[in-house]
Amino acid sequence: MANRLKKMLTEEMVRLDPPLLSTPEEVIEYCGNILVENKKAKAGYVKEMIDSYQRFGPYMVMAPGLALPHARPGGNVKEPCISFVKLKEPVCFHHPCNDPVWVVFALGGVSDDGHIELLQDLSSLLAGERMIEKLAALNTYEELEKLMEKEARR
Amino acid sequence: MKVVTVCGMGFGTSLMLLMSVKESGRKYGITVEGEATDLGSYKGKSCDLIVASSEIAKQIEADVPVLAITNLLDKAEIEEKIRPYLNK
Repeated sequence: MANRLKKMLTEEMVRLDPPLLSTPEEVIEYCGNILVENKKAKAGYVKEMIDSYQRFGPYMVMAPGLALPHARPGGNVKEPCISFVKLKEPVCFHHPCNDPVWVVFALGGVSDDGHIELLQDLSSLLAGERMIEKLAALNTYEELEKLMEKEARR
Repeated sequence: MKVVTVCGMGFGTSLMLLMSVKESGRKYGITVEGEATDLGSYKGKSCDLIVASSEIAKQIEADVPVLAITNLLDKAEIEEKIRPYLNK
């Protein structure tokens, strides 16, 4: 498997245990700002992600403990990108079954299918046994790197 | 058979869901043709089955069966729900 995920999820794109975030909007903004600070997306994309959450509801909480905020590909994303945040305290996204959220991957795409390889890599990583628990227990970027390497070899 | 997966924007969870649906099909020797789409566009698509996350499925009105998936990473849940339909 080409590990596009590992290539894109560099240390700058990852934050572990950021200062307390208490609402879904704060979490999405924080994760989105990582894309902006790294010049992968414009500030408008963060607002689009928050709008998507408010418009479509908490469906982005795709599995217990895991949220995948994103908005539609468009002019506000400069290149396909992803950020990862492991929360210090879990946040309720008002999903009927999958709350609370501990780990968040924010995605940005530039075309409808330009990010399929990235999503495939992300799916394989997340399919690892008890992966969300492992991600929620991360202390260092190196530990995340090891998980990505291990899953890429499966 | 043809399956349409739906999410809010047709770009994230629906694509991931489609990969898992195709994988379940392969396991049973069924070729699943599929398309990932958004809540605004699924109505124009002809298909045998629609699959979406539970939160999105609530908002779908269709003539074909709509499967609601709670944990999109749980391949066993997806397989169990789609298996009865894997026949065309």
